[in-house]
Amino acid sequence: MTPAIPTAPAKPEPSAAAPRPARRSLLRSLGIGLASLRLTVTLLILSLVMIFTATLDQVHLGVWGVQQKYFHAFFVMAKLPGTDLSLPVFPGGYVLGLALLANLITAHVWRFRLSWKKSGIWLTHFGLILLLIGEGLSGLLQRDGQVRLDVGQTRRYVESFRENELAVSDVTDAAFDQVVAIPVERLLGQATIQHPKLPFTLKPIAYFPNATLHPRSQMTNPPPAVATMGDGTDLIAESAPITYKPDESNWPTAYVELTGPEGTLGIWLVSAILEEPQGFIYQGRTWQLALRARRDYVPFTLTLGKFTHDIYPGTDIPKNFASTIQLHGDDGRIDRSVLISMNNPLRTGGYAFYQAGYANNDRTSVLEAVRNPSWLIPYWSCALIVLGLVLQFGLSLSGFFRKRAAAVRSVPSSP
Amino acid sequence: MNKNLPLVLLVLAVVWVACTLAPSAASGPFDLAEFGRLPILADGRIKPLDTIARTGLLMLQGRQRVVAPDGRQLTPDAWLLDVFFRPEAADADSVFRIDNSEVLTLFNLTRSDGVGGVRFSFNQLQAGLDELDRQGRLAEPIDNAARTAFQRGVIELREHIGYYDRLKFSLEPPDSADFDADLSDAGRLAAEHAAFTTMDTLSSLRVIPPAAASVNPGDWESVGHSMLSAAAPAEVDPHVRLYALLGHAWRNSQPDVFAATLHGYREELLRRFPAALRRSDAEAFFNRAQPFITSLFLYVTAFLLAVISWLVWPEALGRAAFWLMGLAFAVATAGILDRMWIEGRPPVTNLYSSALFIGWGSVGLCLILEKLHRNAVASAAGSLIGFGTLVIAHHLSLSGDTMEMMRAVLDSNFWLSTHVVTVTTGYASTFLAGFLAIIYLVRGIFTRSLDGRTADALARMVYGIVCFATLFSFVGTMLGGIWADQSWGRFWGWDPKENGALLIVIWNAVILHCRWGGLVRQRGLMALAVFGNVVTAWSWFGTNMLGVGLHSYGFTDAAFNGLVIFVASQLLPIGLAAVPRSKWRSPASAGGAA
Repeated sequence: MTPAIPTAPAKPEPSAAAPRPARRSLLRSLGIGLASLRLTVTLLILSLVMIFTATLDQVHLGVWGVQQKYFHAFFVMAKLPGTDLSLPVFPGGYVLGLALLANLITAHVWRFRLSWKKSGIWLTHFGLILLLIGEGLSGLLQRDGQVRLDVGQTRRYVESFRENELAVSDVTDAAFDQVVAIPVERLLGQATIQHPKLPFTLKPIAYFPNATLHPRSQMTNPPPAVATMGDGTDLIAESAPITYKPDESNWPTAYVELTGPEGTLGIWLVSAILEEPQGFIYQGRTWQLALRARRDYVPFTLTLGKFTHDIYPGTDIPKNFASTIQLHGDDGRIDRSVLISMNNPLRTGGYAFYQAGYANNDRTSVLEAVRNPSWLIPYWSCALIVLGLVLQFGLSLSGFFRKRAAAVRSVPSSP
Repeated sequence: MNKNLPLVLLVLAVVWVACTLAPSAASGPFDLAEFGRLPILADGRIKPLDTIARTGLLMLQGRQRVVAPDGRQLTPDAWLLDVFFRPEAADADSVFRIDNSEVLTLFNLTRSDGVGGVRFSFNQLQAGLDELDRQGRLAEPIDNAARTAFQRGVIELREHIGYYDRLKFSLEPPDSADFDADLSDAGRLAAEHAAFTTMDTLSSLRVIPPAAASVNPGDWESVGHSMLSAAAPAEVDPHVRLYALLGHAWRNSQPDVFAATLHGYREELLRRFPAALRRSDAEAFFNRAQPFITSLFLYVTAFLLAVISWLVWPEALGRAAFWLMGLAFAVATAGILDRMWIEGRPPVTNLYSSALFIGWGSVGLCLILEKLHRNAVASAAGSLIGFGTLVIAHHLSLSGDTMEMMRAVLDSNFWLSTHVVTVTTGYASTFLAGFLAIIYLVRGIFTRSLDGRTADALARMVYGIVCFATLFSFVGTMLGGIWADQSWGRFWGWDPKENGALLIVIWNAVILHCRWGGLVRQRGLMALAVFGNVVTAWSWFGTNMLGVGLHSYGFTDAAFNGLVIFVASQLLPIGLAAVPRSKWRSPASAGGAA
């Protein structure tokens, strides 16, 4: 006996059923189109192509560059050869994600009936919707940075990996600093920046997202210095292409002119390359200028007590890194010692701190800090999807075995 | 006869397997196996000297067999003894494999000078070593991907020569005529001080066990390091003397002294490090038994039997194929369990073990499928995949010790065992669906053997396996996300390997949706399943070849060529699926009408 094999679709697609185009409203045809499995398959294949291309492109752009170009973008843009014109050439992660979301939701509203047999599919798809939303939220909400700590050092802020700021600090008072932080994006325009806490205005003269600094004394025929004040009077900033390589950094650099009511105070060269802030005195108060990684202040302090870096004997393969951190909350309610090691992060105050690396002959511990309010969503969605898939395939498997048992019973002599 | 055939074949195979497990007959007066079992510390773990000999030979020349200039076959342990104690003899053995002809010109050699055209001895290379070093330094600053075949060949050979040199400096200063005598001579010791410094920096083999009751593996020492703190003969560590005595016995053909020294040392080890000794003994046994090679031959036999069973004696040969595949599976299982016990790790820790596990998982599924369907199709697919993955594993083992230590970020048994094992099972089942589909297409188009019943059974198998693959590749990928979130704070980072795993999930979802939506029938399902092989191969190997991201392990030219050939070989059956059903040699059945 040959059992009937359900190779044909268990449920024919609505569009394949006898259509009555004349009476079909626009909404209805739109719904059918959006809910169709053809669209699902098309979108999945488009995602496949996009992910594959993006993976190949990582060789040139690095992981972060690829995320910006493909996954966290509505469209993948490409320059028309020979021009500066960028054209969308392929749907990006946002478009594909949203389209899949729309397809899934419409399909459920339009086509699926609640039934025990469909419960697995329901759960799986609901989990998938949640997963897509979660990934979208992560893209929008996640902020990450690092905390570099020498043994004994205390920090109360997280430094961004890629975002920078121009910090103008009034350090006259020994007890505290008053800082005005200007995102470097504001330096892109030529508009003068005025702030109520600053007795002078700042005017960006030039801004380079990445630059190298050359001492004028070492150049043959050096051009005249742009900076008139501070450490940059003997330096020339030269613009450099933005790098995406994981082992290289971009060094944002700018020339800014400070102007008080009585006229210009001079032009300063500020750059992330210059580690020390540049100080000057104006109207009896001491000021500092620094272009640095953006700082997000947290309501607690981290103090590095001890850092250990184990290797396997006779090799240089790292076995474990661990930082002993004293955690102290501003409200005085938290004061404890925690051990952060590989696969063992510290979660506190909405942040998670991970052991990321080390520097400085094991004297400096580098912690990665991530804040993502939606970090639990993938856990929930995965649980739902797994449950759904197990239910779905379990039901078909038990159906298969029931049929098989029936077949064996009806033809006992069959091998 | 034909009824008893499966049983006869099974008994023969079991006897053969038993033979591979039996201790090999001594090939000479020296107890080489006993020497090979001595534990030492290298690459961060305690392992037997036998592993050093075998992985060293695999790395240098791609095989474990050594033929001495006089035509004698040397066991890996005998070769290692020569390298340690009779370097002048080892220098004449052709153990350097050189594939690139341009590299040979550095030494004024031609193919005809080498054994088999590719293997050369240290003596043959010696005159050109300075030029090799110069060329190596020229090639070094160039990015690996941008190097020419010649430059890669130079870098590789230079590393191999360096490795061989370090081995020579492990136990004795190579210039010493009789180190055993030197150890009792204060003047000789002082004269050799510079050599000890060299030995200390060069050798990575720590053969001297810790002095006191220390159990910290970090306290094992190299001979060079130990000798640096021994100014007078009285201060020499007894174990340095012991190895020197072994060397003396080896050079002067004194098997009795050799055996007695070994015996005494083992007694001490048994008393002080019973656990380490048990493991290194098990590893030496594992090295010699080579269960994966045994399993490989059994898979080939099972595959041939399964294919022949479609033409003659389906019942008997089909059963024989099933049993042999089962035996091969059992041997591979024992091998994997043995590795897990030696390492104290879950089954998948690196690319090598992933190959073993993918094969193991596929064959396991095939055993179940074959039990259900009994048409030798699953036996054929399973033994083919089992064979293929073991061949891949063998090639991956050529780059060194396959039980390497885990980097800190990967050092988590919980996530290794959940994420890696699940995602690898996903790979295994996707491959299985693809290979079953190939069998469907080839049998349907070229033979008349694909009747309606077999076709439907195959379609059901492929569909079922794709469902299974979807579940496991999805769960595995998501567990990877959770691991990433736990370890470095992001669930998903679009790393190449992550993307690769995601591609497998998406592709399986595409297959399922196409089938549910009636976009494909049997023929289309098979074509899609075969493409699953391409996606999986990309994810498994291709992503590692990009050299970016956390999962990149480095790769070889051979692996890249292998991938290209594999992809091409898969596109062929996909193209065949385009042949209309009416042109197939097998008649169309009701179920396979489309």
